[in-house]
Amino acid sequence: MFKSVLTSVLFCIASLASLGLPLAQADIKSYEFAEPEMAQRFVDLTTVLRCPKCQNQNLADSDSIIAKDLRGQVQRLINAGQTDRQITDFMVQRYGEFILYDPPFNKSTLVLWLAPIGMVLIGLWALWFFGRKTHIQGAMLTPSEQQKLDQLLADNQTPSRD
Amino acid sequence: MTTTMKRLLMVSPMLMAFALGLFLYQGIGQDPNKIESSLIGQSLPNFNGQTLLSPSRTVTQVDMLGQPALINVWATWCPTCRAEHEFLVGIAKQDNVRIYGVNYHDQLTAAQQWLQELGNPYVFSVFDPKGVLGIDLGVVGAPETYLIDAQGVVIDKLIGELNERTWPPLRNKYLSLLEETN
Repeated sequence: MFKSVLTSVLFCIASLASLGLPLAQADIKSYEFAEPEMAQRFVDLTTVLRCPKCQNQNLADSDSIIAKDLRGQVQRLINAGQTDRQITDFMVQRYGEFILYDPPFNKSTLVLWLAPIGMVLIGLWALWFFGRKTHIQGAMLTPSEQQKLDQLLADNQTPSRD
Repeated sequence: MTTTMKRLLMVSPMLMAFALGLFLYQGIGQDPNKIESSLIGQSLPNFNGQTLLSPSRTVTQVDMLGQPALINVWATWCPTCRAEHEFLVGIAKQDNVRIYGVNYHDQLTAAQQWLQELGNPYVFSVFDPKGVLGIDLGVVGAPETYLIDAQGVVIDKLIGELNERTWPPLRNKYLSLLEETN
């Protein structure tokens, strides 16, 4: 029983995770790069960088002035030969860690990273706690009680005549 | 396993859920648009720009030093800037608050006209049509107002309208900076 619950839980997690796959694609045709490999980096960076104005969109997705400016900035920095790390550092310096969709593990994001583990632990505890209770009750029937129960169940299944 | 350990194990998820609840509770009512500026405590970025009213004149961050001051990011397309403009003129004229403008993503003539019609609260406005200075300041959108000290260190930042309600906390900091400088 525990195993089947676990399987369905895992299935739910997997299907939720698939919803979060990056769907956004910037219109990169209007951005020119010295090398084709840079265009891919541009797509990747503008997907993981968050628009500071419209907070539930990334830079690739948003049409706000600031997102356009920052896309242009990412393009310039890539063409200037900066690494991905240098570019995200540039953004964090100005807009804070808020701009990262994938926030680093530190003091202020501790709860963010650990809370899901806590939730899973609470869930596992609930499974264990409630699973254990029914198991004990089931085991506590004496043979005569079990016979009575079987009888009752059998009676219930015979069609009633009025 | 001792009984105490068992009990502890039993209640610990509840305590965790409680702690999580407390954490989420303190987040209620917090403004998600309020992003901690990473520029606070740091010096103004280097820049080199034209001023709005005399485009032949170039200014740098050095021109904003010497006195504590406000830096106000504004644009003619921004309704909230229009709403706060009168207030800015008021504190500049009556309370002698030094305000520098950053004219953000705007058109030269429209911005010049705006200052002529509505009054000019700014010592000067930096013309920033492409938002280059905006990015270095960490501007998210107009209006934004920064408080800097005499050395050009950013002390505080306000996102949104400066008015009777939002100015007093900034003013207190501004006045204490003014005292330190004089």
